Amino acid sequence: MLATSSDLLRLATAGSVDDGKSTLIGRLLHDAKAILADQLDDLRGRDGELDLARLTDGLRAEREQGITIDVAYRYFATARRTFILADTPGHVQYTRNMVTGASTADLAIVLVDARNGVVEQTRRHAFIASLLGIPHIVVAVNKMDLVDWSEEVFDGVVRDVCAFRDQLPSVRDIAYVPISALRGDNVVEPSDEMPWYGGLPLLEHLETVAIAADRDTDELRFPVQYVIRDGASDYRGYAGQVAGGVLRPGDEVLVLPSERVTTVEGIDTYDGTLDEAFAPMSVTVRLADDLDVSRGDLICRPGDRPALARDLVADVCWMADAPLRPGGRYAIKHATHSARAIVDAIDDRVEVGALQREAGAAELALNDIGRVRLRTSKPLAFDAYARNRATGSFILIDEATNDTVGAGMIVAS
Amino acid sequence: MKLTHLQTLEAEAIHVMREVAAELEKPVLLFSGGKDSIVLLRLAEKAFRPARFPFPLMHVDTGHNFPEVIAFRDRRVAELGERLIVASVQESIDAGRVVEETGPRASRNRLQTTTLLDAIAEHGFDAAFGGARRDEERARAKERIMSFRDDFGGWDPKGQRPELWNIYNGRIRRGEHVRVFPLSNWTELDVWQYIATEGLEVPSIYYAHEREVFRRDGMLYAISPFVQLIDGEEPFVDSVRYRTVGDMSCTGAVRSTATALDDVVAEIAATEITERGETRADDRVSEAAMEDRKVAGYF
Repeated sequence: MLATSSDLLRLATAGSVDDGKSTLIGRLLHDAKAILADQLDDLRGRDGELDLARLTDGLRAEREQGITIDVAYRYFATARRTFILADTPGHVQYTRNMVTGASTADLAIVLVDARNGVVEQTRRHAFIASLLGIPHIVVAVNKMDLVDWSEEVFDGVVRDVCAFRDQLPSVRDIAYVPISALRGDNVVEPSDEMPWYGGLPLLEHLETVAIAADRDTDELRFPVQYVIRDGASDYRGYAGQVAGGVLRPGDEVLVLPSERVTTVEGIDTYDGTLDEAFAPMSVTVRLADDLDVSRGDLICRPGDRPALARDLVADVCWMADAPLRPGGRYAIKHATHSARAIVDAIDDRVEVGALQREAGAAELALNDIGRVRLRTSKPLAFDAYARNRATGSFILIDEATNDTVGAGMIVAS
Repeated sequence: MKLTHLQTLEAEAIHVMREVAAELEKPVLLFSGGKDSIVLLRLAEKAFRPARFPFPLMHVDTGHNFPEVIAFRDRRVAELGERLIVASVQESIDAGRVVEETGPRASRNRLQTTTLLDAIAEHGFDAAFGGARRDEERARAKERIMSFRDDFGGWDPKGQRPELWNIYNGRIRRGEHVRVFPLSNWTELDVWQYIATEGLEVPSIYYAHEREVFRRDGMLYAISPFVQLIDGEEPFVDSVRYRTVGDMSCTGAVRSTATALDDVVAEIAATEITERGETRADDRVSEAAMEDRKVAGYF
């Protein structure tokens, strides 16, 4: 497997104030020195009490209602890694925002209140992480101070999560950390209270979890994004971001959907030519033959091509008030390709809390997730989402309102 | 094979810029001469060279800018060989589109919104690249990379389009536009490290220099024709530098001896206060000052 890691880790948290999510984030940022003095002042209410929820609830409406509604992004760095944290709401009515924050994450922190153990929300968050292809999960068992630092309570959570582990197929590893976000135990510093815990504190786990092998497959995927032409120098190059595999000058490549085979003449960047390019690099490719290549095309190797089809099956998270129904027509944006799509059928709807798929759904309502069959106006070159997040994902757009109404993860053609 | 986090951020920002160039009809890049938009220009070079940029540059000039920044702006644009449009707040005032604030705390900060929206409408721009970052301010932490604006230029923070993976929805109707923030995921330190890595020139006011300043509300402001001293405010000379570039009337300086880029990077890495908290009076008006201005169409 190809390693294309960076020292950047993207993580997502889901939860509400009750779960201690804000306290945990506040603790991470504070102990990583990513909250600065003026922000800290800003977090004190009129009574002078520190209210860490104010850190993440950035909109007036969120502060007024005391809830997280939309995704907020936070940034912190340690000597070992730089982190982008997508802080998302935990309630079921904001599932779409959770899905949004999870879409780019490498790791999800699922918070469990030690007093309550594994509840429906735990399963829902873990399932969404798996559905969105997040390879690493940390189950942070919080408020251990309120259960007397009990190893049995912690073991019970581990056991209950293991019971539904099979239903999280795309999750590569799950780590369990007993913490007290309020007191700081096992967040940044190891806890003195839980000598029975042999693992790493949360931050150290985030710093060291191996993400090197996550992103890539050996399959070259280069969606053509933009054609760069310069009349003065007679330059013509195909710009894009590598979505998988490695591109090298001299490689024989296949262009889809035209099915033409050509050779990579050169890989250009502003900083000079490259001997190879890999995900997620943005580069410009020159091809040996004068082909008709344009935005929306996909460059791959002749031997490991993606599906090229007008029919696809996908898990769709529905994000609009007006439900998705069979016969519905939408614009579809997949990688750099835009087309139109019609809903042929809804195969099932996921009962997320119970982790069960129920057949016979007539529609997908706001925040529902279900398996949908789509037919597109033009053939799309795609992979299963489990193989490649970039060529396996799409969004649906309502052509009347221009709103983004659905997020799709391709299962098969 | 491994990219550093800066290389990853760079690759993503280039991807965003190319998406906009491919999907929107008439973009513009907002260039103020400040550090963030300096980085945007380098990213545009990386995204589109050897071709010309597929968009012009635009500066909303309040007339209260630091002269060093305006000189830098013009020099940089000439080096790039790209086209600069200057949208003038003074012209908006002269045309009666906005009314100048008065008093010692008067600022043209809010007036820029009208000038910007008028210029977007006049030129028919449907996308405007800006250098804003999510780490700057909490309302910005919630904003999309490609952020929809209605036909009044307004932002609806509660009705934002979901933005998943690196798939951007730039579909708009006539009269609407998108604001695009390729640096959304960059921090202030990332910007400075990138400037150092790329060897980019920045206006001299970002480096420590002797300047005649006065203290107001705990911040140091430059003595300039655009501010009036209030009773008790005394000018003095200090060694200062700027962390942000805005109007002389509302941008504070910080005491500093950082005269070289490495010193500045070290200073930012060790800072205990945010750039906007330290230097921007425009964000101190109320708890939701930025959110309110953005709803009205501000950058």
